[in-house]
Order: sequence, then C-alpha cells, then structure tokens
Amino acid sequence: MSDYNFAYLDEDTKRMIRRALLKAVAIPSYQVPFASREMPMPYGWGTGGVQVTAACLKADDTLKVIDQGADDTTNAVSIRSFFQRTADVAVTECTQEASIIQTRHRIPEAPLHEGQIMVFQVPIPEPLRFLEPRETETRRMHALADYGLMQVKLYEDIAKHGEIATAYAYPVKVEGRYVMDPSPIPKFDNPKLDNSPALMLFGAGREQRIYALPPYTSVQSLDFEDFPFAATKADHSCTICGAVDSYLDEIITDDAGGRMFVCSDTSYCSERAAS
Amino acid sequence: MTPLLQVRGIEKRYGTRIGCTDVSFDLYPGEVMGIVGESGSGKSTMLSCLAGHQPSDAGQVIFEGQDVLTLSEAERRRLGRTDWAFVHQNPRDGLRMNVSAGGNVGERLMAVGARHYGDIRHTATGWLERVEISSDRIDDRPRQFSGGMQQRLQIARNLVTGPRLVFMDEPTGGLDVSVQARLLDLLRGLVRRMGLSAIIVTHDLAVVRLLADRLMVMKGGHVVETGLTDQVLDDPQHAYTQLLVSSVLQV
Amino acid sequence: MIELRNVSKTFILHNHGAAVIPVMSNVSLSVRPGECVGLLGASGAGKSTLMRMLWGNYLAATGSIIIAGTDVTRADPREILALRRERMAYVSQFLRVVPRVPTVEVVAEPLFATGADENAALDMARSLLDRLRIPERLWALSPTTFSGGEQQRVNIARGFIRQVPVMLLDEPTASLDAANRETVLTLIEEAKSRGTAIVGIFHDEGARERVCDRMIDMAEFAA
Repeated sequence: MSDYNFAYLDEDTKRMIRRALLKAVAIPSYQVPFASREMPMPYGWGTGGVQVTAACLKADDTLKVIDQGADDTTNAVSIRSFFQRTADVAVTECTQEASIIQTRHRIPEAPLHEGQIMVFQVPIPEPLRFLEPRETETRRMHALADYGLMQVKLYEDIAKHGEIATAYAYPVKVEGRYVMDPSPIPKFDNPKLDNSPALMLFGAGREQRIYALPPYTSVQSLDFEDFPFAATKADHSCTICGAVDSYLDEIITDDAGGRMFVCSDTSYCSERAAS
Repeated sequence: MTPLLQVRGIEKRYGTRIGCTDVSFDLYPGEVMGIVGESGSGKSTMLSCLAGHQPSDAGQVIFEGQDVLTLSEAERRRLGRTDWAFVHQNPRDGLRMNVSAGGNVGERLMAVGARHYGDIRHTATGWLERVEISSDRIDDRPRQFSGGMQQRLQIARNLVTGPRLVFMDEPTGGLDVSVQARLLDLLRGLVRRMGLSAIIVTHDLAVVRLLADRLMVMKGGHVVETGLTDQVLDDPQHAYTQLLVSSVLQV
Repeated sequence: MIELRNVSKTFILHNHGAAVIPVMSNVSLSVRPGECVGLLGASGAGKSTLMRMLWGNYLAATGSIIIAGTDVTRADPREILALRRERMAYVSQFLRVVPRVPTVEVVAEPLFATGADENAALDMARSLLDRLRIPERLWALSPTTFSGGEQQRVNIARGFIRQVPVMLLDEPTASLDAANRETVLTLIEEAKSRGTAIVGIFHDEGARERVCDRMIDMAEFAA
C-alpha cells in the first residue's frame, strides 16, 4: 500500500485535524469544526473516528478497534484492516496493550490507563440537536450555558416512562460547564468517562466536528434530585464468563423465547473465560 | 414610587428607513401600557428593541437602575427567564411544540436551576390550573391543544418564574373572538394578582381598553400620542389617533 | 372636594378640516363633602362631557379640575388611575366589561383593584346585588346578556361597592322600576351622609328633588 501516505490521509489534512484536536483538548467538550474528508467508506461507518485515529496514529502505536464492544464485527474488522494496510501498525484485541482504541458505542470494561487514547465514532455531536434544530442557537446556548432545555428532555422521559428512559447517548456535563453528548455509548459506560486517565477524542465525520475530554476531566451525568442517574445494565450474568459487572448484550437464540446474555466486550469476556 | 422601567430615546433604523425613533416613557410597578398603531407603525420593532431581541441604534432601557442594552447576552438571557417574560403572538414561536405542556411550563424553572422533578411537576400542574388547562393534559403536546389553549399555555410558561415585566406582542392576535375574551379576562386577573407590569403591542383597540392603563399611539415609527387609555380612545387629540379610533367598526 | 376653575372644552376634528367645536367655557364650580350637585341642560349642552372631564376621560382645554386633591387636567395617567381606584367612583349609563366575566366579579372588581381580600369583596358584591334585586341565578353569568335595567343596576352596584369621597352619577335611576329606584336613591342618600361629594345628571325630577342640594344649568357655560 505504498501508494498511500501513512494512515491514508495526507500530512496537511492530518495537521488540520491535529490543530482541531488541540483546540478540542484545550476546551473540553467544545465542538471544534474541521474539514472532514471523503473517506473510502460511507458516512455512518465511522469516518469521523477514522480521521481522528489517522491523525493520531504513529508507526509504533498498537491499535484496537471495537464495534459495540466487539473486536470481531464487520465494522471493527474492516477499520482495523484498513489501518493495518495503510499504516502497517500493530493491532491487538487486548484493551491494556492498545495505545489507541477506536470504538463505536462502547468503552471497554478493563480500566484504561495513562497514555491511552480512546477515539469515539459520533453520529450526532450536538446533544441539544433534537430539542433545538438551529445550529446558531445551540452554539449560543453552549456559550451561555443555557441548558434548561437539556433538563427538559430528561423531564419528558420521566413524564412519559416514569424514569429517565434515555439508555444511551446520555447527556453529561463536563467540568460543571459544557453539556456533551458522550456518543451513543450505553449510560452504563458514562461513569467510566469521569476522571479517566485516558485521553478521550470524539470525531463526527458527517457533521464535521471534533471534541475531546483530556485525562482526569470531571464528567457528570445529568439527572434530577428525586430521579438520580443510575448506570444500569441487564440484571443477569454473562452466560460465557459469568461476569456480573460487565455490560451485557441480549442474544435471541430461537423462536421460542430462548435468549442469553453475554458480555458486549468480547476481549474482556474471552480473557475471563480463558483464566 | 420609582419606575420599574425607564425607556429613553430608543431608536431603530433599517438603513435610512426609520423603524422607530425617540421612544421614551416610564413604566411603574403594576402598570400595563398598551402600544397601538397600524402595521408598519414601528410598534413591534420597538417592543423587540426593548426586549433585547434586536439591537437598538440609540437610547437606553433602564430596568432597576441598569441599562439592559449594555448587558452581556448571558445576563440578558438570564433576565429573560427570571424577571422578564415575552408572550408571542403566535404560540408556536413561544412554545416548544414537541415538548409536553408540563415540560414547556417547567423549562424556565429548570433553566434557573430547578432539579427536583416532583417539585417542577407540582408547580407546572398548579400553573396549568391557573390558566384553566386541566391538569390531566400535562403530558399532552401543545399541537394537541386548541389555539386558545396554546396561548394560555404560553402565558403559563412565561409566568411560572414570577416575572415582574411581561412583553406581549398581539397576545390575542390569531384567536376567535370568544376565546379572546376568555384570555383577556385571564390576563387581567394574572396582572392584578401578581402585580405584573406589562407592555402590550396590539392593533386591537378593544384589547387595550380592557387591559391597558396607559396608551401609546405610534405612526411611522414616531409616538404621536400618549395618555390614559380611555382618555386617548374617547378624546383623542392627534389627527392620526382620531382617524384610528373612528375607523373601528362598531358592533 | 371637587373644585373647577375656568374650565373650557373644545373638540378639534382634525380629519374634518380641523373643525373646532366649542362645548363649554369658563366653568367654575365647587362641591363640598356630603353635597350633591345636579347638572341641568338640554341634550348636547355638555352635561355628560363635563362628567367625563371630571373622571379624567376627556381632556379640558383650559382651567383646572381638582378632585380630592388631584388636578385631573395635569395629572399623570397613574395619578388619575390612583384617584379612580381609591377616591372616586363613576356610574355611567353604559356597562363596559370583559365578556364572560361573572356578574358578581364585575361588581367586586373595583374592590379587587384596591387589593381587598377577594372573598370579602365577593361577599360585598353579593349583598349589593341582592339589595338591587338582581336574581341570584344571574350572579354567575356575564352581565353582557342582561336587560337594560339589569345592566344599569349592575353598574350601580359596581359604583357603590366602595365608599369613596367623590361620586359621579349619570342618570342612575333611568329605566328602573319604583322599588329599585327607591333603593338607588337610598344608596345615594347613604353616600351623602357619609360625606361623599356627588355630581349627577338626573332626568328623573322626583329623584332630583330628593337628593340634589342644588342644580347647575349648563346653559350658563355655553361657549
């Protein structure tokens, strides 16, 4: 693949993205516009995440790619092989070994450590988007910390469902200032964002936005005093490894109501099963 | 008694065209001022300048000793959800149509920091009742409401934080006559009970007769006459006011 | 209590070639507490115009009108409103109300406006409506649908619900039956005995004889 520059993108583009990343790190959760490129994959397949990963990747990095926690699903496999071919970097499925983890909609169960970079694929970066369609207005609302509307969404949840039914992309407040969409991770993962030793980068390709959480940033999930935030998961244990503390996927096994629950984090599950 | 609001020489120009010019008045606590004039007279321009919805080219709007036109946008927005309120002619402009009635009323509370769901809902229920919307409609969306109900909901949403000054732009504009009367009665009661000050822009002289203590008549961006509402309507001094009053169809 | 000096009134019709219509000139008049002054004059002589000037509804062209300490020819709107709210009542011939508001609230409203307790105000309204023989079944209805005589009595109840130092009465006994006429005249006498200064227009000669202390002929002030 020597016809392509290292990690596919040309150096000017990577520099442009890195500038956006620096700004994003400087203002945690602030959505920095960037000139998203056409990538050899359709929008919705992680073009934002891929561009951020490409801009961060060095030859000695070890890359892990997960899709909904799994290392072996189509999206994860194709992005991993994309960087193997265009950057020739080492890859791994082990969370601790990875220096960069690109993820779609999960944070690994194994604790992250300093020096690691998480790259999130983000479909819609603006947490206020479905409440206020005007970009000019949402930007102003962020600027002025005018967030009553965000709380209205949670109010509506409780009014309709008796509880805060938002289960993923659960809004958070960063350093007590900006409201942020943590990407469509399950709210079970929200506490992992708070005070994490790893650098969290968020890339939205179609929406052309990058935002970030530097290591050890305060990240609190929004809630009500009488309806406090709870990081919920299915009330089962993993059928394969028996874990009771990991986020579980429900798998339908037949047409007769048969189902089982297994860890969504395949690496975590297989390491536990092996030991 | 000191005025709640002092307006001094407000002017708005669109290029060389005058939006409104040289508008000055004092508004005292509990006072309701009506602003009348035909379309294009500058009354709505003036209202949006006062409320800070668009910048003025000259003048001061002093609220409790502070010129609000010099406030930062953050401070002005805070004022707009605490001491000030704005009721739009079209409820669609003042409501969130895809948020329930309770959420619409609760938004201002949450915007100023309320974080207890039960309390917010309790307050919202109380306000729906005050504006004569059955509390079992609290989880319905405004689009399921009639025009009159939507307008009452907009009023509840605006008054829930106990503002002291309310701007209203043609509050009874798009409503049936029978619904208008009900709304006017409701507004009168709320103004009296809450001791509200209000500035009401309308082209409907019947509305100001019933709601406003004082009247300001505008034409071509200028204030042509001011005074006690019934005096201006019954004994108008300016040619334009005489024309305006005599043009109303008698029922 | 009421003091008029050199008051004159003209209407200028700007949209009719600035036609100037003089109505009255050099009205000087004083009414003491407890006194009732009746205005006389043919239709168009300016009786109602003068009443409206006292109420602050019409502007005087010249002169001063001092009522209970306030010069209504020079006062700010809010001063006139305070005068009307606290010190003056006006029973006009026309009932102007928000449609659909119940009669009992229409009557109690002048008390509401003073910040009185709402229940006490409504009780007062009910007793006046009862005294003026408005059937109780009508109290919860809007007076806009009432007959002329009923509307007239609602107006009177509204005017008399507060005890104020100055009252203006425009034909208070017109279109009333004998019993109600008697009630209204008694109400006027009660107000006078409390020291209320009254200016009124009475076409009803018997009523005039009974309550007016003196009469003023508007012809004296013809412009």
